[in-house]
Order: sequence, then C-alpha cells, then structure tokens
Amino acid sequence: MKRSTALKASAVAAVMLGLTTPVLAAGEAAEIPRQSWTFAGFRGHFDKAQLQRGFQVYKEVCANCHGLKRVRFRNLSEPGGPQFPEESVKALAASWPNKIFDGPNDQGEIATSKGVIIKRPAGLADPILGPHDNEKAARAAFNGALPPDLSVITLARSASHAGTLLQTLVGMPRDIVNGYQEGGADYLYALLTGYANAPADMKLADGMSYNKYFPGNQIAMIAPLQPGLVKYQDGSPTTIEQYAKDVTAFLAWAGDPKLEERKSMGWKVLLYLLITSLLFYAAKKRLWAQVH
Amino acid sequence: MANHESTYKPSSRFERWLDERLPIRRMMHGQFVDFPTPRNLNYLWTFGGILTACLAIQIVTGVVLAMHYIPHEAMAFDSIERIRRDVNYGWLIRNVHAVGASMFFIAVYIHMARGLYYGSYKAPREVLWILGVIIYLLMMATGFLGYTLPWGQMSFWGVTVITNLFSSLDAVIPGLGTRIVVWLWGGYSVSGVTLNRFFSLHYLLPFVIAGVVALHVWALHVVGQNNPTGIEIKSKSDSVPMAPYAVMKDMFALFVFMIVFAWFVFYAPNYLGHADNYIEANPLVTPPHIVPEWYYLPFYAILRAIPSKLGGVIAMFGSILILLFIPWLDTSRVRSARYRPIFKWFLYLFFLSVIALGYLGAKTPEGIYLLMSRICTFYYFAFFLIIMPIVGVIETPSPMPRSITEAVLGKGASGAGVPAGAAAAPEKR
Amino acid sequence: MASETEHGTRRDFLTVAAGSWAAVGAAATLWPLIQQMNPDASTQALASIEVDLSPIKEGQAITVMWRGKPIFIRNRTKEEIEKANQTELRDLPDPSARNEMLPERAPASDANRTKKDRANWLVLIGICTHFGCIPKGQSLGDAKGDYGGWFCPCHGSHYDTSGRIRKGPAPRNLEVPPYEFVSDTKIKIG
Repeated sequence: MKRSTALKASAVAAVMLGLTTPVLAAGEAAEIPRQSWTFAGFRGHFDKAQLQRGFQVYKEVCANCHGLKRVRFRNLSEPGGPQFPEESVKALAASWPNKIFDGPNDQGEIATSKGVIIKRPAGLADPILGPHDNEKAARAAFNGALPPDLSVITLARSASHAGTLLQTLVGMPRDIVNGYQEGGADYLYALLTGYANAPADMKLADGMSYNKYFPGNQIAMIAPLQPGLVKYQDGSPTTIEQYAKDVTAFLAWAGDPKLEERKSMGWKVLLYLLITSLLFYAAKKRLWAQVH
Repeated sequence: MANHESTYKPSSRFERWLDERLPIRRMMHGQFVDFPTPRNLNYLWTFGGILTACLAIQIVTGVVLAMHYIPHEAMAFDSIERIRRDVNYGWLIRNVHAVGASMFFIAVYIHMARGLYYGSYKAPREVLWILGVIIYLLMMATGFLGYTLPWGQMSFWGVTVITNLFSSLDAVIPGLGTRIVVWLWGGYSVSGVTLNRFFSLHYLLPFVIAGVVALHVWALHVVGQNNPTGIEIKSKSDSVPMAPYAVMKDMFALFVFMIVFAWFVFYAPNYLGHADNYIEANPLVTPPHIVPEWYYLPFYAILRAIPSKLGGVIAMFGSILILLFIPWLDTSRVRSARYRPIFKWFLYLFFLSVIALGYLGAKTPEGIYLLMSRICTFYYFAFFLIIMPIVGVIETPSPMPRSITEAVLGKGASGAGVPAGAAAAPEKR
Repeated sequence: MASETEHGTRRDFLTVAAGSWAAVGAAATLWPLIQQMNPDASTQALASIEVDLSPIKEGQAITVMWRGKPIFIRNRTKEEIEKANQTELRDLPDPSARNEMLPERAPASDANRTKKDRANWLVLIGICTHFGCIPKGQSLGDAKGDYGGWFCPCHGSHYDTSGRIRKGPAPRNLEVPPYEFVSDTKIKIG
C-alpha cells in the first residue's frame, strides 16, 4: 500500500469519524471480554515487573506517536509504580527525544535562526512528552488523525455496552460489590489484540485497519504490536497478548498512580467505619431497650 | 407540639451571662436535646441528619478543591489531574467530592420517598415540603454547574445540550430563548467564559442551600416531625427526647451510610461517573452518547419522551415543579400510606416508574425505550394529577391506632403511664 | 429489669466508647484536609535544582531561580576574593555568616560564605535583606556599589564581593542557600 495515499485517505476517514456523531447500533462492536488484572478489586495492586515491561512497550512502540504528558519522569521511580532506580530515570529523561520548551531565552528568542524551537533535555520533574508540539502538528503528521495522549486512557474508555434490562439488574450490583473499575483496561487490551482481517462483506476505507472492538470497526492506527517486537529481559513471553497485558497495566498505573495508596487506605477506613457502626449500634440498642 | 419550650438551665456564671445576650445554648438545648421526637421513627427518618452531613462534606471538600482548581478552559482539566496526582491527598479529597455528590442525591431521593410514603407533606408541613423541593432544585443546579468544571467531553456537551434547551423559548417569544442562551453562555457557544461563571455560581449555591436548610429545619421544629403512623404526638409517652435517643440512632445510620460512601470512594470511585469525562472537552467532536449524571436520568428521559422541543422542556421542568403542589393535590385525610391500602400500591408503582425512567434516560430514545419512556412519563404525571386527588377521596383507610404509644406498645398501654427511663432520661446526666 | 445504676453504667460506657471512637475518626479526617495545603509533589520536586557551572567564566555571574527566589552565582576573580578576605570582621555591620549550612553564630568570614577549595564560587540568595528588592551587580554594566559586590537601587544598600552588607539600611548579609558540589562543575541547590 502506498504510504502517502494511505495516509491521505486515513486522514479523510479519521476526520469523518471524528466529526460525525454515530448512534451505536447494538452489536456493531463486539462485547468486550473481561480480563483478570492484578490491580482489580479489593486487594488490587500493581505488579512492579509488569509495569516495567509495560513501560518498555510504551517507550519502544507507543511513544513514537503517543505522549504521556501528565506523567512526570520522577513518577517512574516513586512508590506505587514501576519503581525504576532514580539514576536510570534521570538518564532516560535526559535522553528522551521529545525535549522541553522553557519559553523565550534571555535574548527573547523562541527558535534558532533556522526556525528550530529551542528546547532543553528533560529532567526528573518534567513530563513525558509525545513527538508533537501540539494537536495540529500531530494531525498534520498523521493526515488528520490524532493519536491521543495516553495519560488517562484507561479511565477515558469503558467496556460497558447496551445490555438487556436483566443484564443491568444483575450486573450493576455485582460490579459495585466487586469494585469493577477495569472497563478501560479491558477495552484497551481488547483493542490491542483485536486486529484481524476485515470480513468479506466489509469495505475498509483507505488506510484504515479492521478492529473487532473499535466502535465502527475501522481504526486509523495500524496494528501496533507484533510477536517478538519488544525484547523482554525477564524471560516473559514476547507475544502480542503479553505486550497488550503489560502495556495496559502500565497505562492503568499512568492513569491512576495512587491506586495502591487508595486501596490500602480503603480497607482501613472501612474497618474503622464498621467498628464505629457496631459501637453505635450497641449503644443505640442499650439506650432504646428502656423505651420499647 | 409547636414551639417546644427549652428546659435549659444555665449552670455557670458564664452560661448565664451568655444566655442573657445570645441564648444560643438555650436554643440548641431546646431544639436538639430535649426536643420531643416521636418514639416510633424508623431508619428512614435518619436521612435528614445524613443529608446535613453530606452538605457539610461537600462544602468542606469543595472549598479545599477550590484551592487547587483553575477555572480556565486551558487549565481546568490539567488542574484536576494535578489534584489527582500531586496535591497531598488530592486524590482522596477529589474522590470524596465526586462520590459525595452521588451520595447526596441517593440520600435525598430516599428522604423524599419517605416524605411521599408517610404524607410528611400534608398540613401543617406544607411549607416544610416546599422548602425541601427548593433545596432539591438548588441541589440539581449545583450538581449541574459542578459537573461542568472538569471540562471533559461530558462536561462540555452536557452544558451545551442543557443550556440549548432554553432556546426552545423561541417558540413562545421569537428570539427570547436565543438571547437567554447567549446570556448564559457569555458568548455564542459554550466556552471558557461559561466555565468561569459556572465555577463562581457552583461555589455560591451550596451556601444558599445551607440557608434554605436552616429554614427547612426551623419549619420542621415549629410543627414537629411526622412519624410512620401519621398521627401527631398527643402525650408525653408518644415521644422521647431527641438527645440521646434520636441522636444515637442518627449516628449509627450515618456511619452505615459512610460505609457505602467509603466503598465507592476507595474501590469504585469512577463507577458512578462517565468515562468520556476523562477526555478533554473538544467543541469539534460530539460524544456518541451524551448522558447526564445518573441523578438527572429520570428527567432526561421525560425530556426526550415528548416529541416537541418546547413540550419536552415544559414536561421536564414541570415534573419537578409539580412536587410543589403535592400538599394540595393529595386529598386524603389520612397521612401515612401505611393505612392507605389503594394509594400505597399506586405509590410503589410511581417509585418503580421513576427508577424505570432512570434506566431509560441512559438509552437512545427509540423503539421500545421510547415507548416505555412515554408510558412512564404519562404515569408520572397521572399519579400526581389524577391518582392523588381521586384516590384520596374514594379510598377507605385501614384501621389506625389511636396514638403513637398504642402503635408501639399495643392496645393495652394507650398513653397511660410514662415508661421508666424515657422521659426521665434527660434529667439523669 | 436491671437496676438503674447498672443500666446507666453500661449505657454510658458504650456511648462514651462510640463517641470517642467517632472523635478519633473525625480527627483522622482532619489530617488530609490540613496536609493538602502543604507543598504538593510537583512543587517539592523542584525543591532542589542542579546548576551547571561550566559556562560561567571567571568574573561572570548568572542568576537562576530556586524555590521562586533569584540565586546569584558568581565566579569571582582573584582580586574579588582577596578584597573579601582582607576585610576585618569588626568592620562588618552584620558579623554573622548567614549560611544555612553553618551554625547561627558562625562569623561572616569569606571562608564561611564559600566552599572549601572553591573560594571562587559565590552562591547567594539575591534578595536584599532590607525590603526584598533584587540588588544590581550580576551583569557587566551594572552598578556594583562602593565595595565592588552588589548595589541595591531601592534604598542604597551596598554589598561587598562576599555579598556582605557594608553600607546602607539593609540589616543582614545576603543569605547563602544550602548547596553542595555534586561534581567539579555542578552544584545542587536545596
């Protein structure tokens, strides 16, 4: 496929998809299957090794198009996350290709005489920037399509689809009791593993790829993961499924870095409230025993 | 028992000095310590206290969040991310505030349902009920304004849709609706100008709510609480002093409520929200499904059930405003639905249809969903305008006890004799 | 029925227990509300900065921002160092070193205002100790005052080549912030 025509066509399609307001017909995109995540539920926590692998996938694959601008480099070494050693994060930040613009220099210049914006290497306190300075630059590079920033992607997507009344009546209490919050992660995993050949009766717009789970089934992003693409150091399988799992877990952390702190505080607060309720119940019962 | 007289006695020179200048302790004692409370209140009566706690929680967390939030279109979303990631305990305070709004509405719906079932809106509590509806309207306004502030896709498009409703007034007076909408927006579309003023109003309204709550509690204390029998307090054995009896019960109920609150805050903080609001607002991209927060869904369903734009707006606002007239729409001489065998079932059906409208509000208004929305909307209005007036007149109530004491202790003890411990309690410190 | 006193004791104990337990929770709830006003993580991340000294030639000075304050970093010439060393301590209006890394009473010798074996590097908080203006003296054309250091144009305070107040209304020497050399050409401030 000629890259230029593919990109041009994908621009048109992406812009069309972006501007129209499709009413989702039931069953257009397949039901998102649920995965098991270490960070799900009452005792959820992140697997440090998985987060580190996930970051590696982000860095080697996703970072070519997607930024992570709300995550700072220092977050990569803080507790609750991948916890890389601070020195290696410092080195990573300094060598990160997308540098930081600090405003005009002392001469009031923003760019060099050749028109290159003056930037400095990132440090621990700086954000993990994507390859484009702004939305318009990104759309120009991808002919209209905008690779979204991934900082909160697992929060910005969900797995819920139109269900029957019965499914809602059963599913809602079940999800609340389980604390199901992984809809975004389930969706992301499904998306990354959901590339397939388009069915025979479907006409793909130029430059678009078929994906089972993307709304409308046509996505401007070509399949990002291939087997063996990223070399894991810890011997984990280098399959698409493993990459998808790891990078989704990493992005779940990126969107919710306080998850472990939150869940660890949670059970203590609930225990406290339970004890206090029981104490008040006993006090109330004793008190009212005289009245009834 | 109107205007209960306080039995407060100042116990020190300072207390006497203060009592002569600002009798606040006397008032607090009279209204919240030895205030006669019906002895048969069930747990549905604890939600007033719970709602006060919810209001306090929202104001405290809100004021704190306002120390970090930036109401500018380019910075609002990022300022909230900073709160979630960098501000000390910011994630916690934000979760409490967001979940707290939902908990506030869960509590208010239960509180209103209690009022409907036990006839708490009937004379002499009409003003109390009306103040309550005003509080509810202010809560809905506050919630709507607050949801704009994250400036996500749902924030932006929700505001766009709901403010656009006012343009339906163009059908009444040409140009009026559009001018109102432009005035609300401060421009020709929803923008950062709108955001800034909505932030200001969102900060203001909770304090207006607090003021109306004070009036609501005042009105309540003048006429006294209703109770499950609907029969007023007639003698001392019908009541217990508020402290410690009702206070203890309220504290227990509050902590149980907090367990549910905490569950959402710590384990399902985004469950009651919408994923699309984690996407930054984009005026050029409309989300496939624009849905308000769950507590508006029944009214959203009513809005979309009526085929005409103006008709839908009138129906939606009408469905809330009609609540103001309930004290006069219900013709029954009997307060509590416990003793109203026919009305009771119509009321249960009403609750069911409101829940159904909530479910339908999240669906696309077509096919079976649209049909059911229309049926439920019809029933909603029929319940108030047809059933309430008619059933009140034709219904024969079930046999009622003669007093609260009789309802609690049985036919033998009909108010004679004061049970040991109850009325004696306040003197015993 | 249990006796009144026994009843009372049990009820009071439970009420007190429940009440005090609830009070503990209320106090614990107060902590996040107070702590959220303290500097957040991104502010704390900038609490320390590293400055590369290699571009600063002898006789030059740069200004960097640290915790919202201007920091004067001067690579002093031999004459400037000598002048600072030759000053008698009793001639100084403020005899205190004003160096955060030293005890309060340390005298304002030039040695106490610089690092050992790195006497050419002077690192100061560039805020006049009078009313907070930023003294002149960093750039080549600036007035440096009568003592060759810095001059505050607001009310006429003169600082010497060690940043110590010599003449004018300022009460204290320019402060030395906490810093250390992480390499021969790099310092970490804060």
